Amino acid sequence: MAAGNFEKYKSDGSLGGNLLEWVDARFPATAMWRGHLSEYYAPKNFNFWYFFGSLALLVLVIQIVTGIFLVMHYKPDAALNANGVPVAFASVEYIMRDVPGGWLIRYMHSTGASAFFIVVYLHMFRGLIYGSYRKPRELTWLFGVGIFLCLMGEAFFGYLLPWGQMSYWGAQVIVNLFSAIPVIGSDLSLIIRGDFVVGDATLNRFFSFHVIAFPLVLIGLVAAHVLALHETGSNNPDGVEIKANKDENGIPRDGIPFHPYYTVKDIVGVVVFLMVFSAVMFWAPEGGGYFLETPNFYPADPLKTPPHIAPVWYFTPFYSILRAMVWNFFGLDAKFWGVVAMGASVVIFAFLPWLDRSPVKSIRYRGPITKVMITIFVICFFILGYLGTLSPSPMGELVSQVCTVFYFGFFLGMPWWSRMDKFKPVPDRVTMK
Amino acid sequence: MKKFLIALLFAPMLALASGGNVHLDKWPGSVSDKAALQNGAKLFVNYCLNCHGASYMRYKNLMDLGLTEQQVKDNLMFTSDKIGGLMAVAARSDEQKQWFGATPPDLTIIARARGEAGNAGAGADWLYTYLRSFYRDENRPTGWNNVVFENVGMPHVLYGLQGQQVLNHETHKLELAVPGQLAPAEFDKAVSDLVGFMVWMGEPQQEFRRTLGFYVLAFLAVLFVVSYALKKEYWKDIH
Repeated sequence: MAAGNFEKYKSDGSLGGNLLEWVDARFPATAMWRGHLSEYYAPKNFNFWYFFGSLALLVLVIQIVTGIFLVMHYKPDAALNANGVPVAFASVEYIMRDVPGGWLIRYMHSTGASAFFIVVYLHMFRGLIYGSYRKPRELTWLFGVGIFLCLMGEAFFGYLLPWGQMSYWGAQVIVNLFSAIPVIGSDLSLIIRGDFVVGDATLNRFFSFHVIAFPLVLIGLVAAHVLALHETGSNNPDGVEIKANKDENGIPRDGIPFHPYYTVKDIVGVVVFLMVFSAVMFWAPEGGGYFLETPNFYPADPLKTPPHIAPVWYFTPFYSILRAMVWNFFGLDAKFWGVVAMGASVVIFAFLPWLDRSPVKSIRYRGPITKVMITIFVICFFILGYLGTLSPSPMGELVSQVCTVFYFGFFLGMPWWSRMDKFKPVPDRVTMK
Repeated sequence: MKKFLIALLFAPMLALASGGNVHLDKWPGSVSDKAALQNGAKLFVNYCLNCHGASYMRYKNLMDLGLTEQQVKDNLMFTSDKIGGLMAVAARSDEQKQWFGATPPDLTIIARARGEAGNAGAGADWLYTYLRSFYRDENRPTGWNNVVFENVGMPHVLYGLQGQQVLNHETHKLELAVPGQLAPAEFDKAVSDLVGFMVWMGEPQQEFRRTLGFYVLAFLAVLFVVSYALKKEYWKDIH
């Protein structure tokens, strides 16, 4: 197609056709538009759960754009200003008060951080219930797990930047976790901090990671995630492969072009999302003290440890799993096993495509065992998340240990329980419910 | 499993147990009461700003309380001659640390910092209760202690207004031993105004933020109707 376009130009190479043809002869603009939008055939039976992929993309754009404007006024500097306040902390309040519209940009970014995790958790849950990670979409899923890991890093680094009490002590606690790793631990945490305590060096490197390194990797992974998805085509709530049933033109009978059908549908989702997002941002930007934690309104004070250090809500399920490990094994400290368990609880998602041995993908055609297991898993995830916001207590420790067992049991038992279920026959074509 | 279920039952109690142990009085004021905020600003610059800074706040932003530049300059500016200046405190923080044992915290966003997870508005209640809970205690270097903040380094700067309270160790209640310039109800109102000012100062544009939210939501509601109609029109042939 592109080669043919040359013939439309005059011998001197000047524009003979229209501008788009000129571009297409040099760059696959139309081909990409078709391949990814106007002739990308998506199953016509997407439901509510299918909004969260495009919403995650929207939140990514919100975070990048607001982040660009925040960096224009934010100063990653732990030194004290003339009033005895760290420059970084004061610069955030400067944005909130003296920069025109700064408060809006900052609240968009802080609300966006929590929104990102809400949207991504729902997006992952969709994958779980409809078996979207199953063959042939394993790579899409793996890129997605990579995005999730990257997002956690991005959020962790970004949380230090306001240089409040919780920023400081949260970073102190998490970086210290790495020191539990045998042999290399203390050097590793020293390299991460760039100092013996969290300080100016830490703030500056976290700033660099937050605004350059991780966003770059994140965008690359998102591109790979979408490209891999468009290679295999999307899954759907029925778990039916629409490419198995094509018409005489090679177009899936149950597929509709992404544009305009899903672009106009996603706009509705975007508007509803923005209504919820705006309601939080304008009327409860602290998110009840969970999106912006109240101790973070005190500037970082290395000499004053807060009575209760809790990570932001989106990390609390994993933090609970870390705290649940209280036993020393093989001569290694419980803290080390906590770090291992926490890491494993995130990375284990990557193995889902190979852990799930069910003959059908979608929960619609799977039996009670799957539904009960997923329900227990979600309940455990919520309980772990809730407990992670609280101070340690003997009862909380016991509950989090029970939930941790269920959490890992869900994944590690999957090769067996996913096969044992009763299955319903999967239809040949998608259903419109 | 049984243990798990029992543990589940107790989970909400953990949340209750983690709350504060002192009962906080509800702050009765509102950030939309401009007269109260002006009175609070006056109390703040007279009683608080000598030791505490409000160093993220500029004097000119006090004009948002319905004051002219001249009114701010004449009534509220003691430490700075520039209307665009920050409401900083003259005393140096290292000196203050020697005087009080700890540097008095900056108060610009204290109402937000004193909030709690699950109740971001609790900061106002804390301040409202704290400022009314000082009592005489000869064992403290300042001669004052506080029910809400035990062994606090801060003396009772408002005692001229409130008078002097003592703690009845049998009932664990505060009693007014020496009356001050203001009757108890008047003093409560003054503290409420002062707290209102600090809540407002924590985020001076908060009223505008809430109002803007209604316009944005109204716009999005219209956009929803339009986008939903568009979707319906495009999708009418998809079955």
